[in-house]
Amino acid sequence: MQRHLISAADLTRDDAVLILDTAEEMARVADRPIKKLPTLRGRTVVNLFFEDSTRTRISFEAAEKRLSADVINFSAKGSSVSKGESLKDTAQTLEAMGVDAVVIRHSASGAPYRLATSGWIDAVVINAGDGTHQHPTQALLDAFTLRRRLIGRDAGLGQDLSGKRVTIVGDVLHSRVARSNVDLLHTLGAEVTLVAPPTLLPVGVESWPCEVSYDLDAALPKCDAVMMLRVQRERMNAAFFPTEREYSRRYGLDADRMARLPEHALVMHPGPMVRGMEITAEVADSGRCTAVEQVANGVSIRMAVLYLLLGGMEPAVTHSRSEEK
Amino acid sequence: MDTHAEADTSAARPVLEGPDIQRVLTRIAHEIVERAKGADDVVLLGIPTRGVHLARRLAAKLEQITERPVPAGSLDITMYRDDLRLQPPRALARTEIPGDGIDGRLVVLVDDVLFSGRTIRAALDALNDIGRPRAVQLAVLVDRGHRELPIRADYVGKNLPTSLRETVKVQLAEEDGRDSVLLGAKPAAQGGRLH
Amino acid sequence: MSTTLIRGAKVLGGEPQDVLIDGETIAEVGCGLSAEGAEVVEAGGKVLLPGLVDLHTHLREPGREDSETVLTGTRAAAAGGYTAVFAMANTFPVADTAGVVEQVWRLGREHGYCDVRPVGAVTVGLEGKQLAELGAMHDSAAGVTVFSDDGTCVHDAVIMRRALEYVKAFDGVVAQHAQEPRLTEGAQMNEGAVSAELGLGGWPAVAEEAIIARDVLLAGHVGSRVHICHLSTAGSVEIVRWAKSRGIQVTAEVTPHHLLLTDELVRTYNPVYKVNPPLRTERDVHALREALADGTIDIVATDHAPHPQEDKDCEWPAAAMGMVGLETALSVVQETMVDTGLLDWAGVADRMSFAPARIGRATGHGRPVSAGEPANLTLVDTSYRGPVDPARFASRSRNTPYEGRELPGRVTHTWLRGKATLVDGKLT
Repeated sequence: MQRHLISAADLTRDDAVLILDTAEEMARVADRPIKKLPTLRGRTVVNLFFEDSTRTRISFEAAEKRLSADVINFSAKGSSVSKGESLKDTAQTLEAMGVDAVVIRHSASGAPYRLATSGWIDAVVINAGDGTHQHPTQALLDAFTLRRRLIGRDAGLGQDLSGKRVTIVGDVLHSRVARSNVDLLHTLGAEVTLVAPPTLLPVGVESWPCEVSYDLDAALPKCDAVMMLRVQRERMNAAFFPTEREYSRRYGLDADRMARLPEHALVMHPGPMVRGMEITAEVADSGRCTAVEQVANGVSIRMAVLYLLLGGMEPAVTHSRSEEK
Repeated sequence: MDTHAEADTSAARPVLEGPDIQRVLTRIAHEIVERAKGADDVVLLGIPTRGVHLARRLAAKLEQITERPVPAGSLDITMYRDDLRLQPPRALARTEIPGDGIDGRLVVLVDDVLFSGRTIRAALDALNDIGRPRAVQLAVLVDRGHRELPIRADYVGKNLPTSLRETVKVQLAEEDGRDSVLLGAKPAAQGGRLH
Repeated sequence: MSTTLIRGAKVLGGEPQDVLIDGETIAEVGCGLSAEGAEVVEAGGKVLLPGLVDLHTHLREPGREDSETVLTGTRAAAAGGYTAVFAMANTFPVADTAGVVEQVWRLGREHGYCDVRPVGAVTVGLEGKQLAELGAMHDSAAGVTVFSDDGTCVHDAVIMRRALEYVKAFDGVVAQHAQEPRLTEGAQMNEGAVSAELGLGGWPAVAEEAIIARDVLLAGHVGSRVHICHLSTAGSVEIVRWAKSRGIQVTAEVTPHHLLLTDELVRTYNPVYKVNPPLRTERDVHALREALADGTIDIVATDHAPHPQEDKDCEWPAAAMGMVGLETALSVVQETMVDTGLLDWAGVADRMSFAPARIGRATGHGRPVSAGEPANLTLVDTSYRGPVDPARFASRSRNTPYEGRELPGRVTHTWLRGKATLVDGKLT
């Protein structure tokens, strides 16, 4: 059995529900006077960030500290890595310091998988986002947010997202969030529709377990949630779309489009938002936008993942893919 | 609070049956009222899973006796256990602290079986992170001995001398469809520690 | 003069015969030849092939001696049954002058394991801008006949046209690394379902096919020969087949790894499977095998690309592209082509010796196994099957995708002009 969290595709439905249920209990800790649990006392977790991401790093750090783990933050900038030290050497250095888990963020797709499978280290590896591949804890916190809002905190316990319709809009090609969400939401029984200009969909998307559409207006009226992906302005220069204006006209979420959503539907965004590009300020600041809530939920989800992978002698999470092998 | 499952109940001998358990809980309720001088600041916290059901039953009996509402909740101790690293992580249970909290109140912890005392130690740690009770007491349905820590119960339904080769299994209607306490032999291959 | 009698060898897979080597040449081929005065090699039913010729090898010297040298590379070649290799020009400095190609050629002569035929760069510094002194390289002692910017594509259509025309003067050939550069910016693997899932930059088949289509049309237009390096897609096969049917002088090579491996292996993110052009799909693999069988693809070339361990012991996008291949090529060809019934041993002799020697104008190589011919021979135990053990490689590098994989066939003996370079699987 694998001991790592590398890809949302590795999680079974029961694994995912267990993580969401555990996160629900973790969330209650935040309401207590002492927001700390002794569970990971004596365990050392390193946040190995080869790519800047203050938001994700802080979220993991908060989760680790709430579980009483010893936390080491390692940012590749200004470190030996920028002087040409390899991922392997860095990992082995950390291992020698007695690290129990490595939370890794890397610009190279597959770097966490490589770290977990190459035999370089024994530590548990948790993927905090790799290149354009996966960002499994983001997908888990999105699923958590969806379940809470669409089913309910207590009513959702033990439940998946069967029959819920989620539309993911934007730069799917370069998005690890989209990949993770398609995998996880599908596992949880939701129906996913990707909406993007054809240039921002990968060749091979046909084999993903989701629908694909180029028409946002057609997708909106029948979805329970719409998830807006960040679109970097620089993509324009590589001819992925003609202008920022044209992009937001065709694929941006503004108040008119939001009005076309069903009453109960959520507007989600993994952040950081590019206001005026994929989402207008009016929508971003509306009560239907869960972006801030998603950030809070991220800590609970990461506590749950850390507890389930590190809290016992072996992880509670099974990995369907590895068992099939 | 430990592993309830897998003991072969068919070979086990009942030491308490449904009516005995009702009687015992009634007695404990009266003892709580007596020792707590009316029980007006009592908060019952059951330790999942069966301790929670026992706490609710005790609360109902206390309400009958005192004719006042008695708050009851649950206290999950999983993340405070000292044997977390010895087993795979468990699913968490709910911690539900009644509305007014526990500060300055008399908390009565409720569990089904008192054995090594480690569960109660974990519960005391967990309480510590939630508030500062005036006092903490412990009520258990069965005390089977073999303490590994300096912990004792304030209210005991039945003292049941056992050997370490025996298992004690509590069944409650809410969870198991019937009320009983069963004494059985530990299966040879059973790895986990039973009551 | 020493004489060697190879007894009971299936010449090109035929009936067992004896082959007598006298000095540098084959003296006699027949049954029951006298062993008098000769050293006897009992072939015992092994298959005797003409010494293999690799039109596409990276020997790395000069410049990257940490990954391979002419000595280690030619030893690896001998161990793999090769008697001649064409050494690609992407060294440091680039083999774009007579001086560099002569140096490489001389090192090969001195070591004596395998003839080294340097490939000259098409453009100065492989930069694709200005033609290198192709004629000077041809006129040098190295006698360069094959020109390639391999590693990068000669993407400028005018430069390509001029190169194709220019080498006609001395019967040279341009070997194109077909990769449209703009379509492959940031490319990490074959573009398709697997790349979409893994989030690795796609290397689309069309980036290869577009260049091949352009170059066969150019070759047809100016009446030149063009050779396509490491053809890797089903679409490329279709274009080459079409071009040949039109009488265009195009030849093409396929690597052993493209005959066996697919992009599914990239799911491991193990850079040992990172190669350029990338591993393609099952459909491409089958198209390549069929094209090699029917002659649309002329030859197997290894694209032997040694890399030091640190260039593979890292995350995928940071890793170097390439695989070593000299010591496993024949086994992979037996596995994919012979044992599948697509090609017999005579066919293997053609695709791995006769045809590459012909394309590269490698005099003295790729000759029939018959009396009077140079004794460039290789003896293969085709009944062997076993796991690939990189620790036993003669190459300086170990970046093989076949570690631990069971493959058939083992080269036991290699003779270069009558001199044994490999005896019982051991280099001399």
